[in-house]
Amino acid sequence: MTSDTAPSKPAQTELDLPDMAEARNDSGVAAMIRAILSSWPARISAAVVVLIVAMAILAPFLGTVDPVQLDPSQRLQGSSAAHWLGTDSYGRDVYSRVVYGARISLAVGAGTVVIAVAAGIFFGVLTGYFRWADIIVMRFMDGLMAIPGILLAIALVAISGATLTTVLIAISIPEIPRVARMVRSVIMGVRSEPYVEAASVLGTGALKMVWRHMLPNTVAPLLVQGTYIFASAIMTESILSFLGAGVPPETPSWGNMMADGRVYFLVKPELILYPGVMVSLTVLSVNMLGDVLRDRLDPRMAKRL
Amino acid sequence: MTTDNQSRVVLSVEGVTIDTRPAGRKPIVRDISFDVKEGETVCVVGESGSGKSVTSMAVMGLLPKDALQVSKGRILLDGEDVLQVSAARMRALRAAGVAMVFQEPMTALNPVKTVGEQIDEVLRLHTKDSAAQRRKKVLEMMERVHLPDVTRIYKAFPHELSGGQRQRIVIAMALILRPRLLLADEPTTALDVTTQKQILHLIKELQEQEKTAVVFVTHDFGVVSEIADRIVVMNRGELVETGTRDEILTAPKQDYTRMLVSSVPSLIPRRSPVTGQPKVLEVVGLVKRYGKKGLISDHSVLAAQEVSFTVHKGEITGIIGESGSGKSTVARCVMRLTDPSQGAVVVNGQDIVPMRRLRDVRKQVQYIFQDPYRSLNPRRTIGQSLMEGLINYGIDEGEARRRAGETLELVNMPASVMNRYPHQFSGGQRQRIAIARAVVMKPDLLIADEAVSALDVTVQAQVLRLLEDIRANTGVSILFITHDLRVAAQICNTVVVMQKGRIVEQGAAGDVLANPRHDYTRALIDAAPAPDWDFQNFRPAAGMPGMAPA
Repeated sequence: MTSDTAPSKPAQTELDLPDMAEARNDSGVAAMIRAILSSWPARISAAVVVLIVAMAILAPFLGTVDPVQLDPSQRLQGSSAAHWLGTDSYGRDVYSRVVYGARISLAVGAGTVVIAVAAGIFFGVLTGYFRWADIIVMRFMDGLMAIPGILLAIALVAISGATLTTVLIAISIPEIPRVARMVRSVIMGVRSEPYVEAASVLGTGALKMVWRHMLPNTVAPLLVQGTYIFASAIMTESILSFLGAGVPPETPSWGNMMADGRVYFLVKPELILYPGVMVSLTVLSVNMLGDVLRDRLDPRMAKRL
Repeated sequence: MTTDNQSRVVLSVEGVTIDTRPAGRKPIVRDISFDVKEGETVCVVGESGSGKSVTSMAVMGLLPKDALQVSKGRILLDGEDVLQVSAARMRALRAAGVAMVFQEPMTALNPVKTVGEQIDEVLRLHTKDSAAQRRKKVLEMMERVHLPDVTRIYKAFPHELSGGQRQRIVIAMALILRPRLLLADEPTTALDVTTQKQILHLIKELQEQEKTAVVFVTHDFGVVSEIADRIVVMNRGELVETGTRDEILTAPKQDYTRMLVSSVPSLIPRRSPVTGQPKVLEVVGLVKRYGKKGLISDHSVLAAQEVSFTVHKGEITGIIGESGSGKSTVARCVMRLTDPSQGAVVVNGQDIVPMRRLRDVRKQVQYIFQDPYRSLNPRRTIGQSLMEGLINYGIDEGEARRRAGETLELVNMPASVMNRYPHQFSGGQRQRIAIARAVVMKPDLLIADEAVSALDVTVQAQVLRLLEDIRANTGVSILFITHDLRVAAQICNTVVVMQKGRIVEQGAAGDVLANPRHDYTRALIDAAPAPDWDFQNFRPAAGMPGMAPA
C-alpha cells in the first residue's frame, strides 16, 4: 500500500495524538522474542530447541556415519573412538542414530502441527461461522475425541501400513478436534463483536470477513496450542515406534531405538537412555516454550495457574 | 439541605498526590484538597481520566499496591490519617468508618451466596451479635432501603433481583454498620433513569437519618444538581474548582467548569419536524419474537411488537426508552442485523425484509455502534477500516483512499491519521472515526445506536454537533437510539417513545417532550435528573411548558 500520508503534523491542533514511534515498536514478533527470552528457564528451553533443530539439519556433518549401516561384527559395543556412544544389537552406530532421530521427531512434530492446525482452522471456521455445520461436524469431532489418541493412531497405521506419511496423518487426526474447538470458540466469540457487525454492515462478504476480522484473533491461541501439539506429536511418534506401530523399524527414530534397546535393557541400558533423554529434553523444552508463550499471550490464564 | 459551619469535618483530603509505581512522568492525581462535613454530600465531578475514581479508591485504601501510591499529602478520616494506619486498623475503619458503593452492583455481589447472607457477613465479621440479632438487623436494614418482601429477598441470589434492587442491597451492606463516610462511585450510572431517581432519593434519605458524610463520584451533572451540597470539579488529575452547588452551576469561575456545565444538554426540545420531504424509512407493524412458540407453552419473548414509524429525508428521529424497551432490537431489524419476525421495513420505497441479497441495501443504511472501543477492528488501520466498505462496492483503492481522507476531514480529523491503529485514539476520536466509516458510504439513513452514550459530556456535545453538521451538509436522515432524554431533546426532530417492546407515544420532539400525553413518557421526564435546570445558560429552565419546578 502506498503511503502518501506520511506522519505530517495534523492540521487540527485539538487532536492529542500519541507518538507513532511508541506504538510502532511493539510489533508482534519482536515483542514475542523478547518475552520468550525474559526468564532463565525459557532461555534454556529456547537454547535446547535451537540445538536440536541445528542437530537435525546438520546431521551429516556432525561426525556421523550411515545410521542404518549394519555391522554384525560390532554388535553391542561400548563407547569408543569409532562409535562415540557405542553400537546397538545390529552393530549400528548409536550416536548417528540419535542425531538422525532428531530429524524424524522434528518432522513428525512440525508435520502434525501443520496438518492439525490447517484442518482445525477449516473445521473451526466452518462450525463457528455457520450454525448448520456446527451440529453435524462438532458431534463427529466429539466422537473422535472420545477415542484415545494412541489407540486411534495405532488403528489408522494398522489399516494403512507404516510409512512416515501414514504415521504423520495418524498422529494428526486425533489432534484436529482440539484445534477445531478452539478456533470455533474464538470465531463464535468475535462473531457478535461490534467491529464484525460493522464490517457486515459495510457489505463485507463471508470469506473476507473470516480472513480479515476473525482469523487474526486465533493466531495467538493457535501458536500456544501449536507448541503443545508439537510436543505431544513427538511423544506419540515415540510411543508408536516403541510399540512397533510407528515408522518402519530400520528408520532411525528415537522410538524405534528404544524399542530395539528394550530387549537388552539389563545388559546395556544406555540403548534406551540416550534416545529417552532426547525425547524428554525435546518435549520438555517445547512445552516450556509453550507455557511462556501462553503466559505472554493470555495473561489472565497465567495468573490463574 | 444546608450545612452549618459547626458540623464536624469527617473526611479531609489534604494535598494528595497519587503517582504510578514506579513513578511516571506525571502523577495521576496532583495536589487535591477538599473536606467533607457530617451530613454533607460532596460530588466529585470529572470526565474519564480526571482521577476522580482513583482519589476515592485512595480514601478507601484500595489503590492497587503494585501500581499506584499516594506520594504526598494526608487523608484524614475523623482526624486519623488513613495512609499511616496499619492493615488491621484499616479493616476496622472500612467497616465502621467508611463504606463504598460501586457502579456495577452485579459484580460487587457474590453470585453464589444469597444477598441476605452477604449483608449478614458484614455484621458477623465486625460485631459480636448473635445470629438471631444479626438476622433482625439485616431485615431491618433491608426494609430501610425499601426492598419489598424482605424475608423472601433475604434468601434470593443476586441474579434473581433487578439492577435497582441489587444496588439497594449494596447500599444496605455499606450502611448497616452506620459508617461515618459513604463513598459512592458512579452508583447510578448503570441504572435506568427511573431507578436512578429512586436510588438517589434513598441515599439522601439514609444520609439525613444517619448524618453520614457522602462523597459522590460521578460524571453526570444532572445527578450532581439533584444531590450535591458542594461540588469538586476535577480535570486530568487536578482540582479545577470547588464550590457550593449553586456557585458551580450558576457562576462557574473556571473556563473548564463553564465548558463542562454548558456541555450538558438541556431537556428543552430545540428542533421541529421536517416537512415536505420524502420518506426515507418506513417501518410498518414490525414484530420481533425471540425464542419459539410451542403448541401449548409459549417461551418466546416479544422484543418488539407492532412498531410503526417513519423517517423523512434530512430528519433526525429519536427512539427513546429504558433498557429492555426494544429500541435496539428495532434498530437492528431496520439494518437486518437481526431478522424481524413480522412487518415491513421500507427503505427508499423498497421493503428489505424479504430481501435475500442484503448487499444492495446495506449501502443505503449505515450503522454507528455504541462502544467505539469495540466497533473498530484493533488490528486494522483507520484507513483500512474506512476504505473497506467502498472497496466492497467496487471502488478502486486510490479513489477509496481519497474519499476516506475527505470524510475524515468532515469529522474534524486530519487525513494523515489513516495509517494509525484504533488504540492510538481516545473514545471521542474513535467515535468520530466510526461516524466517518458510516458517512463515507454516502448512506441515505444513519442508525446511531446509543452512539454518544459512552462518551464524556464535552465529547458528547462535540459528537452531537458533528452529527448535526453532517445532517445539514449531506441531507442524511438519522435514526437516533438513546436512553437519554436530554440528548434526544437536543438533536431530534421527532421522537418515538418505547416501553416493553411497544411504542407508547410518538410525534414531534417539542410536543412529546414538552407535553407528554402518556404516563410512561411523563415518568421518564420526571425521572430525568434536574429537569428544571438549563445547564447551557447556567440558570433554571424558565417557561418550560408542562413542567413544574422541582
